[in-house]
Amino acid sequence: MTVLKDIPEKWFPVVLPIQKKKKTGFGGKQSKKKRTEEERKVKANDREHNEKFQYASNCIMTSKYNILTFLPVNLFEQFQEVANTYFLFLLILQLIPQISSLSWFTTIVPLALVLSITAVKDATDDYFRHKSDNQVNNRQSQVLIRGSLQNEKWMNVKVGDIIKLENNQFVAADLLLLSSTEPHGLCYIETAELDGETNMKVRQSVSVTAELGDPNNLVSFDGEVVCEPPNNKLDRFCGTLYWHDKKYPLSNQNMLLRGCVLRNTEACYGLVIFAGPDTKLMQNSGRTKFKRTSIDRLMNTLVLWIFGFLVCMGLILAVGNAVWEQEVGSLFQSYLPWDPPVDNFLFSAFLSFWSYIIILNTVVPISLYVSVEVIRLGHSYFINWDRRMFCSQCNTAAEARTTTLNEELGQVEYIFSDKTGTLTQNIMSFNKCSIYGQTYGEVMDTLGKKPKRLDFTPFNPLADPDFRFYDEKLLESVKVGDSHTHEFFRLLSLCHTVMSEEKSEGELVYKAQSPDEGALVTAARNFGFVFRSRTPGTITTTEMGRTVVYSLLAILDFNNIRKRMSVIVRNPEGKIRLYCKGADTVVLERLHSCNQELISITSDHLNEYAADGLRTLALAYRELSEDEWEAWSESHRCADKATDCREDRLAAAYDKIEQDMMLLGATAIEDKLQEGVQETIALLSLANIKIWVLTGDKQETAVNIGYSCKMLTDDMTEVFIISGHTVQSVRQELRRARERMIELSRAKDEGTKGWAEARFMGNGLKDGQEKDGRTGEGSKQLNSPCGDMDNISGEFALIISGHSLAHALEADMESEFVLTACACKAVICCRVTPLQKAQVVELIKKHKNAVTLAIGDGANDVSMIKSAHIGVGISGQEGIQAVLASDYSFAQFRFLQRLLLVHGRWSYLRMCRFLCYFFYKNFAFTMVHFWFGFFCGFSAQTVYDQYFITLYNIVYTSLPVLAMGVFDQDVPDHRSLEYPKLYEPGQLNLLFNKKEFFICIAQGIYTSVVLFFVPYAVLSNATQINGVPLADYQTFAVTTATALVIVVSVQIALDTGFWTIFNHMFVWGSVGSYFTIMFALHSQTLFRIFPNQFHFVGSAQNTLLQPVVWLTIALATAICVVPVLAFRFLKLDLKPQLSDTVRYTQLVRQKRRKPGGRSMGGAWRGTGSVSEGRLGARGGSRRSGYAFSHQEGFGELITSGKNMRLSSLALANFASKHSSSWIETLRRKKNTHTPPNTSGECSPAPSNMSGTGPALSNSSSVLGGSQETSIEEESNTAVELSSSSHPATLEVNESKASAPDSSTSAAATTDSSGGWTLSLETVQETPFDQRGFARASYSSDPPCDARELPHPHTK
Amino acid sequence: MLASSYKDEDGHISVSGSGAAAAAGGGSLRNKKPENTAFKQQRLPAWQPILTAGTVLPAFFIIGLIFIPIGIGLYVTSNNIKEIEIDYTGVDMSSPCFNCSQNFSWNSTKSCTCSIPFQLDQPYESNVFMYYGLSNFYQNHRRYVKSRDDSQLNGNEESLRSPSKECEPYARHDNKPIAPCGAIANSMFNDTLELFYNDPNGTKVQVPLTATEIAWWTDKHVKFRNPGGEGSDLAAAFQGTTKPVNWRRPVYELDSDPNNNGFINEDFIVWMRTAALPTFRKLYRIIQRRNNLLPTLPRGNYTLEVVYNYPVRSFEGRKRMILSTISWMGGKNPFLGIAYITVGSICFLLGIVLLIIHHKYGNRNNGADVSH
Repeated sequence: MTVLKDIPEKWFPVVLPIQKKKKTGFGGKQSKKKRTEEERKVKANDREHNEKFQYASNCIMTSKYNILTFLPVNLFEQFQEVANTYFLFLLILQLIPQISSLSWFTTIVPLALVLSITAVKDATDDYFRHKSDNQVNNRQSQVLIRGSLQNEKWMNVKVGDIIKLENNQFVAADLLLLSSTEPHGLCYIETAELDGETNMKVRQSVSVTAELGDPNNLVSFDGEVVCEPPNNKLDRFCGTLYWHDKKYPLSNQNMLLRGCVLRNTEACYGLVIFAGPDTKLMQNSGRTKFKRTSIDRLMNTLVLWIFGFLVCMGLILAVGNAVWEQEVGSLFQSYLPWDPPVDNFLFSAFLSFWSYIIILNTVVPISLYVSVEVIRLGHSYFINWDRRMFCSQCNTAAEARTTTLNEELGQVEYIFSDKTGTLTQNIMSFNKCSIYGQTYGEVMDTLGKKPKRLDFTPFNPLADPDFRFYDEKLLESVKVGDSHTHEFFRLLSLCHTVMSEEKSEGELVYKAQSPDEGALVTAARNFGFVFRSRTPGTITTTEMGRTVVYSLLAILDFNNIRKRMSVIVRNPEGKIRLYCKGADTVVLERLHSCNQELISITSDHLNEYAADGLRTLALAYRELSEDEWEAWSESHRCADKATDCREDRLAAAYDKIEQDMMLLGATAIEDKLQEGVQETIALLSLANIKIWVLTGDKQETAVNIGYSCKMLTDDMTEVFIISGHTVQSVRQELRRARERMIELSRAKDEGTKGWAEARFMGNGLKDGQEKDGRTGEGSKQLNSPCGDMDNISGEFALIISGHSLAHALEADMESEFVLTACACKAVICCRVTPLQKAQVVELIKKHKNAVTLAIGDGANDVSMIKSAHIGVGISGQEGIQAVLASDYSFAQFRFLQRLLLVHGRWSYLRMCRFLCYFFYKNFAFTMVHFWFGFFCGFSAQTVYDQYFITLYNIVYTSLPVLAMGVFDQDVPDHRSLEYPKLYEPGQLNLLFNKKEFFICIAQGIYTSVVLFFVPYAVLSNATQINGVPLADYQTFAVTTATALVIVVSVQIALDTGFWTIFNHMFVWGSVGSYFTIMFALHSQTLFRIFPNQFHFVGSAQNTLLQPVVWLTIALATAICVVPVLAFRFLKLDLKPQLSDTVRYTQLVRQKRRKPGGRSMGGAWRGTGSVSEGRLGARGGSRRSGYAFSHQEGFGELITSGKNMRLSSLALANFASKHSSSWIETLRRKKNTHTPPNTSGECSPAPSNMSGTGPALSNSSSVLGGSQETSIEEESNTAVELSSSSHPATLEVNESKASAPDSSTSAAATTDSSGGWTLSLETVQETPFDQRGFARASYSSDPPCDARELPHPHTK
Repeated sequence: MLASSYKDEDGHISVSGSGAAAAAGGGSLRNKKPENTAFKQQRLPAWQPILTAGTVLPAFFIIGLIFIPIGIGLYVTSNNIKEIEIDYTGVDMSSPCFNCSQNFSWNSTKSCTCSIPFQLDQPYESNVFMYYGLSNFYQNHRRYVKSRDDSQLNGNEESLRSPSKECEPYARHDNKPIAPCGAIANSMFNDTLELFYNDPNGTKVQVPLTATEIAWWTDKHVKFRNPGGEGSDLAAAFQGTTKPVNWRRPVYELDSDPNNNGFINEDFIVWMRTAALPTFRKLYRIIQRRNNLLPTLPRGNYTLEVVYNYPVRSFEGRKRMILSTISWMGGKNPFLGIAYITVGSICFLLGIVLLIIHHKYGNRNNGADVSH
């Protein structure tokens, strides 16, 4: 029985009297509320005051019943099911003796069975809901009551309370942040449960309350908050705090929402604004919709039709009864007077109508619903049990959380997928890099050996053990001291906004805003450039074992337009350098023109990386002279202080200095795809399933992932990007995309074959007309330019951003959007809100008659999961919200292929076969009564014994068809993965539709005709061997019933394609049980006990001992089965389906006893790899991979020092004092020593270094030496010679260049590779040597600068 | 729904490493990996039949080859059975029973007798069965079928005194319970049929008719029992009840033989076994073979003497008397044989047609190369 998952809204008053009053806008319906809340006023620490408003408490109820209400409510609910009510109605009818054509138990037994099974199921479900509600409601939180912190259960938290949250606690309600233990009232939250973003976010309290600090002060806080009513906008809050006669504006930045987790903050205090069902989390959860499968809907339609058919039959028979009673019955009254209330034939006909409704109701037996549920349950268990959908890493098996949707898994046409955590693991890994034209990370495993993971620990005690890198060359290069490599990693260790936390010595934890940054800094850390800590003005790193403190002069923060970030640091030597990393497109155009060659090499590398789906960044630096810095710093300060257009001015200022940079290289970060994502997507698209990615991420990220999971390829004809901000522009962009598609596909068609195009056009016209008819007039003109959108040839992709999507989803645009998007092979929507995700799904549901599946892992996917036909939750890292809202859950995206192509397909197949057979068998069973009506005066006499009628559907024929519905397989699972095309019948709904239904019905009716008329013809004259006629009613009943059971058993045997032991058991068992039960019911024993109940005593033995009866049964069976057999054989022989063919080949192979399956699989896999190879082909398009999920303004936080923890701040203060003084001296020295440089000069000025201090003295000569032009030129040529350099050659050149030092440096590298076990002296010495070494190698750059230098002068 | 879904704080920990957690918890964390059983992994060994030419076509031929001989056998057997059917309703003016059929009512006390002469062209060997047949008589009408009280018929004293409601309106009469109650019993066939052999020498010899062994054994011995048990006085047992309205005699006077009287009277039992179709025949008497040398009914002229009690004209019914011999498969039944022959032939032909189609257009052979 289909169970209502959620109570219909109108029953809320009945079910949840408590919930009624807090149902404020729950699910958007506010009309029922007594009073629509227009604004919310909350007074802190004043429960009495707040009670006036009757705000919802923090108690959450998702359960439906309690012990008292369970029975009435559940029964009430169940009788809302049309089917149940119908059967109840039949039951009541049967209690009227004049109508009753069956005994009461024929209906009440199945009905009671069904109701109790459903009730038990509902009770169990609700029990678990109670449990989880209780668990949530009983969580403890610390509430400030009457001046002291008291532990309260969550459900007792009231609006207006001040509660204390501790680190890693869930936020109990929507809070206004008042103060925190962190300075400036900052706190960090993780919002994964809410929006799926795993990076931490900063929240800051209003400064006045931040000062309150501890509970003692908060007690006296009596501010009043006036804000908007509860709503579901996660990113918006608007309110005002009134306190001490002052107004303070409140924004979302001050709010902690329920569902978030407090991170990295010791504790904080918040004022409850929204509680329980009013919280944004609950408001966003939306109403759980009761999902029905399309088969369900079809079934319901068919059942309605059958009811119609039933009424028709009833009417026919009632008319027959009227005629008969008038013509015959009235005359026959001497033998059979009318029942007392019946006084004329019309009334008799009326009664007869209802009687026939009762006996013919078995065309739609109640067991249909039960059986469907049982089968689905079985399929769900198979999903749960599937080892191949078990993730052993997280010990999670797949789970079918809904048992009502299984067969729809076999019909999916659209998949809407979340990106982060679904397609990707949300783990960024530093995968490859290109340093000065040399690419690293490309590890060839030609022999199929797994490349060895680099072990950093002996080299670097600070290395992160989780870091993986496989290319030994890079480590070698670092060890050798390649200056570019060092600078590369130095950049990575300096240019970022990561915060570090060092709990104990060497145990570093990075807190990165975006995982990308984290990955880069971690990479630098492992390669010896360890970022240790930062203060607002300094960055402390450990470079190759030596602690270096850089003074941080400026952070040129990231934003979406700039697509890059830079830092300007002054190193201990006093040199000022700008380090920049950013999107390649942006960075490459800001390079000094002398980089031309390097640019082309690096670009090649970037393209390679991008083609591999890696997120790329270009790195560059620039030497700044003191004057340059001073000048810029001044202009920057100006811009910073500007009141108007500050942003623009800042951007301009940044732009000014980020020029003429020197390219260092590029990084490639792998946004790690989940295992098997590419294969799964490839397989699913082979199965004709369209995959849309809906992500909250930025466009670049989304596109990158699109490429890396092969949704987008360079082979695609065109990728359209819709990013308009206005309705008009979006409309235009969509139109243009469509026109372009038609244009391109025309061109392509013309290029290929003329006739094909003609055909396309023909179809297109037709389709266009159809669509016109369907979508109505409004869209006519829309369709006119794109009548043949369905037949676009060529592969297109559409990328649409959130703000454009908002316009595209407007009522008058949506059809246009659907038209365009559905013509594309891949669609990526980025920057979409959770609500938009749901809207997109709804859109497709509305415009395409297709089954949709949404898959996601975060709370931001919940709405989408709920609105799609099927919701799949990834039980990943992002919390469990999605899983709880989902219908199916498993740990990895790749299981989707098995879920759909194996389980879904099988489920669909089984369900279809089940339904076909079920309708068949019931028509065959019931229609016999119809025919008999013509021979029994339309008196609603049944053909069969009433026990047979009771048991037919629940005992005699239920199990074989259930076994088929549960176990049947047409092809084994690996075959359906090998031939994704096998999935198509489900999408096209070929196996069970109206046509198939009518065929089944026709077959059933045919069988019923045979079953009635063959015994009729035979038995009317036949006698037993002892001369007793066989034409008595009971013999006839037994013969027909036996023939029926045998015919339907033979039919199920024909339908069953997969005879497991259970099928055998059930088929044979059913036939056996039929005979056993019949003999038992016809036995003398039972008759002696209840003579009035068992009229058929002795019938079985008297009938079944007669050879004539058996001959009759055999004849009827043959007549029923032979045509079916012939028809099926012809169909199979002349028009075999793919599944038939696969099955046949399987059979042939089995016979040959050859493991041919493997070769087959290999063949497929072969094609897969071929296509992969093709997909992986490098294309010419460059894609920006700058994909930080970055927030602007973090740099500002750093420089302002706001986000520094007290402890680290103190530490840093100490360090900075030390360092600042150090830097001061440097500066002083520099100022005295060096003459001002020309502003255009960007060469590193090692000359400044000469006086950097006593520690440098021993290498200063080397440095000085490197200044000599002759060496510069020499090394320059060397570099030019080895432009796509091999590190070895470079090394040689460099060691030549730094000849006097080569021996020591060599020693140093060998030592360093041996570990940091040298004496302090060497430790001190080595890095210096190396640095010197690096410096020397750097000198390969400057000459080119020097060469370019004249330009500014000439200009 | 959503609120119930927070992951517990410790849940975060357990995600990170199941192995560690399992070790720490002393194996408390169950490995959720589903069992690797053939059942759960849907790998049960199974027979996967497929309709191939190799199986379907032989099946057709085999069905054909089995059905045709059976059909021929049945047909021949059926043809060897001798049967004669005499309609004695008296619809025609010329019919001997016309007068009887005309002026009749249930309550008339004087019986009307008519005799119908007929001729047997062939001698009837072995036992001959005498049936009466009724047409247009709806013994299968729902209200008729249920209008009985099996408990009463089984000799239950209580039901005897207070018959079931199902028997209405024939449950009580004159404030007395009717035994046997109900419409079926009430309308019991009460014509008396007697058979006379007109010896060629002019004498009329009554053919002895056996009135027992005409009902099912179970009916006679299980389903129907007299109240008061074996050997008791039937009249006393039925005291306080009244006869069905249409009956002339009470139920305990149906036969003189105490083993064939009351509810266990076989004529009564036969009548109570309702027919499935409005045209039916019921076994009336058996003519036992006396002499192995002589046929039971030699060819010649016979007279059927009918005591015409049962009115059928009012509802346009017909009454027949049937004499029939019997074979291993029962009485005459030409339909079965013909049907078997027909079905067998069709199967055989279908087999041939399918064979031709398969050879000409069969798609099976190129099935091996499946395209993706």
